[in-house]
Amino acid sequence: MGVVGLSVPRVDGPAKVGGMACYVDDLVFPGMLHARTVRTSVPRGRLSGIRLDFDPAGFTVVDWRDIPGRNCTLHLTDDQPCLVQEDIRHVAEPVLLLAHEDRDTLWSACVQLMEERGEPVLDPAAASHDHAHVLISDGDVERGLRASDLVVEGEYRTGAQEHVYIEPNGIVAVPEANGGVTIHGSLQCPYYVHHALVNLLGLPGELVRVVPSENGGGFGGKEDYPSVIAGHAALLALKAKRPVKLVYDRAEDMLATTKRHPSVVRHRTGVMKDGRLVAMVIDVVLDGGAYVTLSPVVLSRACLHAQGAYRCPNVRINGRAAMTNTPPNGAFRGFGAPQTQFAMEVHMDRIAEALAMDPAKLRLRNVLRAGDRTATGQVLSDSTAEIVLREAMKRSGWRRKRVAWKGTNRGIGLALFRHGAGFTGSGEVRLASRCTLTTTERGVRIRVANTEIGQGTCTALSQIVADALDVPMDEVTFSVPDTADVPNSGPTVASRTVMVVGGILERAATAMREQLGTLSPAEHFARHGETNVTREHEPPPGLHWDDQTYRGDAYGTYGWGCDVAEVEYDPVTYAARAVKLTAVQEFGRPVNPVLARGQIEGGSAQGVGWALIEEVVMKDGAMTNAQLTNYAIPTTLDMPRVETVMVENPYPHGPFGAKGLGELPMNGPGPAIVNALRHVGLDLRQLPATPERVMEAARGRA
Amino acid sequence: MAARKRTPPLVEMTVNGEAVTVDRAPMVRLLDVLREDLHLTGTKEGCGEGECGACTVLLDGEPVCSCLVPLAQARGREVVTIEGVPADHPLKRAFVEEGGAQCGMCTPGMIMAALSLPARPSLDAVRAGLAGNLCRCTGYEAIYRAVQKAASERIGGAE
Repeated sequence: MGVVGLSVPRVDGPAKVGGMACYVDDLVFPGMLHARTVRTSVPRGRLSGIRLDFDPAGFTVVDWRDIPGRNCTLHLTDDQPCLVQEDIRHVAEPVLLLAHEDRDTLWSACVQLMEERGEPVLDPAAASHDHAHVLISDGDVERGLRASDLVVEGEYRTGAQEHVYIEPNGIVAVPEANGGVTIHGSLQCPYYVHHALVNLLGLPGELVRVVPSENGGGFGGKEDYPSVIAGHAALLALKAKRPVKLVYDRAEDMLATTKRHPSVVRHRTGVMKDGRLVAMVIDVVLDGGAYVTLSPVVLSRACLHAQGAYRCPNVRINGRAAMTNTPPNGAFRGFGAPQTQFAMEVHMDRIAEALAMDPAKLRLRNVLRAGDRTATGQVLSDSTAEIVLREAMKRSGWRRKRVAWKGTNRGIGLALFRHGAGFTGSGEVRLASRCTLTTTERGVRIRVANTEIGQGTCTALSQIVADALDVPMDEVTFSVPDTADVPNSGPTVASRTVMVVGGILERAATAMREQLGTLSPAEHFARHGETNVTREHEPPPGLHWDDQTYRGDAYGTYGWGCDVAEVEYDPVTYAARAVKLTAVQEFGRPVNPVLARGQIEGGSAQGVGWALIEEVVMKDGAMTNAQLTNYAIPTTLDMPRVETVMVENPYPHGPFGAKGLGELPMNGPGPAIVNALRHVGLDLRQLPATPERVMEAARGRA
Repeated sequence: MAARKRTPPLVEMTVNGEAVTVDRAPMVRLLDVLREDLHLTGTKEGCGEGECGACTVLLDGEPVCSCLVPLAQARGREVVTIEGVPADHPLKRAFVEEGGAQCGMCTPGMIMAALSLPARPSLDAVRAGLAGNLCRCTGYEAIYRAVQKAASERIGGAE
């Protein structure tokens, strides 16, 4: 027996294909009100008054004075108000909340905000305040640059990206008889919402309950923002003493919620004629938006991945997340690493060009191998960078196409990348995640706070528990991650669910097996009643990290990938089209190959969109194309065919050899596609490569 | 003669094979009638502007975005939603087995659109036929595999 490694059909599949899965907008409670958020229209300024031009009968109205606890949406810090009191820092900042039982009446209510406009900061380069800084220094870069044969410089830019989960954000808040509140909604991290609400509402923890509903896609977009919406819905529900549904429509979701951080990355690299990298100076600027939210940790991951998949004795990485007057940017699959590895990978192709060397050969000369050190001083216990690179070259017919297509309108380009799995540095130790297994009359149930957001959490974790406990899969159930029932096993982010949470569950199941002896969980339950086994995260032995100096083991392990993109360029329309993507990725071992392949194909699609068509157009601090009509994501006709290759390299400290996977595939397509366009003779250094940008590049086409 | 104030006429239609009568304004979206009046919440709203296809249903056998169809246009016609597709339909099974559903939000609409494909669709036909349905999770490859697997099963079973 054994189900790990098999493509067990996803356990939530039948409900989803049948239309029975219950998402937040499908929830109805007796007496439920609909709600709406009134938002600012200026990017910076002062709120001097609010005028309600409607008959208030039947309405519940909430402003900052109705907040019983502290007026902030607490996350890493407390700088973001839940509702604007006076100071306006971005467009679409929430000011006032309305609820009414009739949706048409609700939306016909007219509210006027008196806003005094201030001077916004919209260019991160000109920002006077930063949310965070990171400095990573190794060796002596000045000496390294002097000793080099050649110094190559470049600046690379990426734009914001909208998550476009197909289900917009939404929350239903239900007031409870005990004075507390229960939150149902589309969210990734129930305990983040719990933490924020306890602070906002001034309630003891046991009076706040968070019950995730079915999640119609997250990708990081439902990591921190649901705390904002849950706060709003809870304030209304507690004031109205009735359930309140606050579901955004697509336009509001795109206008108000988080995006991938836009980036500007500058490289100055010293290199020898034979291709050896001697020194790297990397400056990273992320546009954080108006409040801190997650920017410090996004910046951290961005900087820790900025040197890409290459060894170099002298490295200095200097990063800052600038404060600007736009809605806060936040978590999006990859979490900063796609931005900095885009810069590194496009820069590598420019170095190869400067040396008249094949880009793959340059990479092979510098690739991080087991035993090599990264810029934080981490000695890699394993690396499959060279293996995935060689496999991708072989699978894609790299050498032949690289020669045959030269001078044509077809191009082939590659990108080599990595992704650290789990929280950065000491993050997992600080989280101290806990997981519980509980026997039931039918078997065992998994109690963790991690959410099924489409990636396959409930299936993959059930497979791990089934094998570690040596029971059939159908004896394992996955409980709703209701904060009233499950321990805090940390957020569903950072490619950590299978590797970290799955690892804790594996140990819990092994311990439970010892406790049960030869009995099945159901037999044990029948004789002894319910039995619980809880285990806490234990870091792999020998890991060290220093937050102050940014030295040590930034991640327990890395996944590695190499993407090869094949593009066609139309010199009449300037459209660049991706026709094939070969995605070779190593993430330990797949727990469920169909699900893993889905992560690679889906992550690659988001990378293709980011590379070619997804452009957030900002004007005066607001997204002007906040509709799916003019913010396009890839359709079936935009997507290249994706050939997926999973390279196995079991990780000794992951459950059944698994590492994290979810974010890794996001890192490759952007640079691979732009490098393929370079092969066509188009010098692009910015994403997305829209026809307008390609046209600019075509003016200088070699 | 001044028009008398009239209540809107009841709308009769067939939904998933059953005759239903709906007492709503004629310009109400079919999507809202399905979800709120008939409690058929398997049909999803992703954008409300006909771009994402999550609300796809069959209207007289043709896939339409129910967010763009006013109730009046459904009068006397036949509507099929995901709830009207048998649980053991090869498409539903194949979507589960091949990973065609991840978060599941696009899935009902995607399956409704896939029902309108030719019996033995080429890959190009699948891509063209599903181009109006956005999926943010899968990158579509698993959906192609599911649709083609279901097509081969259906044909295998029929012949």
